[in-house]
Amino acid sequence: MEFDALLLSRLQFAFTIGFHIIFPAFTIGLASFLAVLEGLYLFTKRQVFLNLFFFWVKVFALAFGMGVVSGVVMSYQIGTNWSVFADMTGSVLGPLFGYEVLTAFFLEASFLGIMLFGWKLVGPRLHFTATCFVAVGTLISAFWILSANSWMQTPAGYTVEDGLFVATDWLAVIFNPSFPSRFAHMVAAAYLTTALVVLASAAWLMLVRRATGEVKVMARMAIFTIALLAPLQILIGHESGVVAHEYQPAKVAAMEGWWETRAGQPTHLFALPDQDAETNHFEVSIPALGSWVVAGDTSAELEGLDAFAAEDRPPVAIVFWSFRIMVGLGILMLVLGAWGGFLWWRGKIRTSRLFQWFALAMGPSGFIAVLAGWITAEVGRQPFVVYGALRTADAVSPVDGAQVAASLLVFMIVYAIIFSAGALYILRVLHKGPDSAEQPPDKDTPGVGLDLTGEPT
Amino acid sequence: MSVDLPLIWAGLIATAVALYVLLDGFDLGVGILFPFASPEERDVMVNSIAPVWDGNETWLVLGGGGLFAAFPLAYAILMPALYLPIGVMLTALIFRGVAFEFRAHGRKSGRKWWTLAFSAGSMIAAVAQGFILGGFLQGVTVDGRSFAGGGFDWVSPYGALIAAGLVTGYALLGACWLIFKAKGDLQARARRWAMRLILAVSGLMAAVSIATLFVNPDITARWGISLSGGFDIGQFLLVSPAPLAAAIAATGVFLWARKGPDLAPYLAAVVLYLSGFAGLAISLFPNVVPFDITYVEAAARDNALGLMLAGTVVLLPLILGYTGYVYWLFRGKATGGSYH
Repeated sequence: MEFDALLLSRLQFAFTIGFHIIFPAFTIGLASFLAVLEGLYLFTKRQVFLNLFFFWVKVFALAFGMGVVSGVVMSYQIGTNWSVFADMTGSVLGPLFGYEVLTAFFLEASFLGIMLFGWKLVGPRLHFTATCFVAVGTLISAFWILSANSWMQTPAGYTVEDGLFVATDWLAVIFNPSFPSRFAHMVAAAYLTTALVVLASAAWLMLVRRATGEVKVMARMAIFTIALLAPLQILIGHESGVVAHEYQPAKVAAMEGWWETRAGQPTHLFALPDQDAETNHFEVSIPALGSWVVAGDTSAELEGLDAFAAEDRPPVAIVFWSFRIMVGLGILMLVLGAWGGFLWWRGKIRTSRLFQWFALAMGPSGFIAVLAGWITAEVGRQPFVVYGALRTADAVSPVDGAQVAASLLVFMIVYAIIFSAGALYILRVLHKGPDSAEQPPDKDTPGVGLDLTGEPT
Repeated sequence: MSVDLPLIWAGLIATAVALYVLLDGFDLGVGILFPFASPEERDVMVNSIAPVWDGNETWLVLGGGGLFAAFPLAYAILMPALYLPIGVMLTALIFRGVAFEFRAHGRKSGRKWWTLAFSAGSMIAAVAQGFILGGFLQGVTVDGRSFAGGGFDWVSPYGALIAAGLVTGYALLGACWLIFKAKGDLQARARRWAMRLILAVSGLMAAVSIATLFVNPDITARWGISLSGGFDIGQFLLVSPAPLAAAIAATGVFLWARKGPDLAPYLAAVVLYLSGFAGLAISLFPNVVPFDITYVEAAARDNALGLMLAGTVVLLPLILGYTGYVYWLFRGKATGGSYH
């Protein structure tokens, strides 16, 4: 394998977008959580919800800022590294990105100012409206970006003229076959990710015995969300897999590690796929389960990778394992939600140390599952960038490898610094925990993270 | 179709870039002025831009995303051509963007480091944008539908001159913004900064304007001058309002910075930059990739441009409306709060 501009550009895009997705995955859920907290405060007038709002808004400000700056990079990266892709797809995907900026980014960025600094300037209702706008903005943004990405997975409503993609039916482009299930899958993933972080923070504060009444409330809200969404997410993910099987059978064959087309495909619990030998080593499998899951019939004949030319297959081992990591974590989330719900019913959330350790360990699992899921989706689409229509190798910019290598190195160093500092500051806030007299930040406070005395909170 | 959609979109992208320069310009400028301010003043300076900087930077995303959407060919040629300075700009913007929050969370040494990151990031972003503009204006080597030049084509004395102009230009916007938002000592210092900066900006803008005339004979001809010695007075009079307006606006900045209403220097600076922007538009039209690709050649299909325009007609006024509302809400003088 040669480190040319193509491979380096793929690494760079994977790195920058993988870094970026961590923050939207968190802030989409957090924005909605904040809107719910503020809405509950307005409805019940209970101070506990307001305290939680002012506590979590500090975390939100930090995470959102990192999401913004890493997102600006993405809007240029398509042109700098994938200019042929940009030229060819501009008339189809361009409007989707354009609408994302016009309907979501400005909304979020403008009302974020009011949400963070406007508590004393506007009434509670208007402030709540601003929070809702930010929350809705994050969802609109996810709508457009998932639509664009899903079009790359399952392109529809287009034709090719003079080598360029041209839209023939905009509704078919936007609501392409894989979009509805993938959008639902991502939003549910974002909500789960946030709930897992909230529960882990609550668990930590219980473990170090600094749990206020606020902590109890946020633990219950998180458990409620996880118990509800973890099973739902498995169903949505299944639906997404069924769509993928219909439109991208090679991807599903790679996810499942199926090399040969046959009736009664198994589900491999463990295997080491070998791309060159076109087989798996050390398989541990449940016979016929795969056919039942994907087609609803244990004897269904399903395509294996042998149905596709070797140069049209994705890298199987990456797709196979990232898919298993995602599903495995999803099952653990299911257990966490059920266990938490049971303890809630028995009134033992605050006393079960074992559960608290488990919840703490599951804190980062949403991020890992989101990354594993995106790796499954994007690597599974290879060797195409627009599935079946444009190969990744044909989409790269005419820049030399040295430039890409240099910028990749710089991005890795910069992101490592930003990520470490951001994680440190967020963990510090989380470690301190919400107290019963949280203060709103305002325009005269130097930053959302400071209380009114100017001390870091 | 009677509506010239590519022309409308050329106008809209130009508007987005102009708004970016005028809005993010002042908050980048505030960062550039950081080294000249005391720690207490720096907190006031950051507070004056904290609620609005994110919205300001969104115009840059619209500039990039809009170029991709409306003129994908231009985007596909310019981005690889300006690969390195764009990377530097993005990196610098990352540091200064996170510094808003990180400054507040850092303890002693962390706070120092993020203060430096904010200031240096603002300055480096401005320098990189100067080289991007320079590399764009001096022309890009194109072969077919691709960039065909080298990775360092954008490096030139001309680019360095524009970078110097942009750094001082942003600093001037920052100083004018502080005249508007600060009070007391800081405001008085901002007035002195603005008076010095407008002199430098005027000199640099004049130098850039003259240098631009020598970049390409087409540009020279636009201004009524032929390099072989001819001078078309009619053509020159046609385009002369731009430099004339710039000269008047620059005088206005200086006089109002010395004494006058708090918002006046900023507004005069806006007029100054808009006239400079108009000068560039006069020089380049109809090229969107100088000097090979026109806006018509680079445009996306009409059905894509039409779809976007339908939404933009509604959304852009809405965006300008709520952006204005946020500025109005955070009106009044910025303070350091109960910090000291």
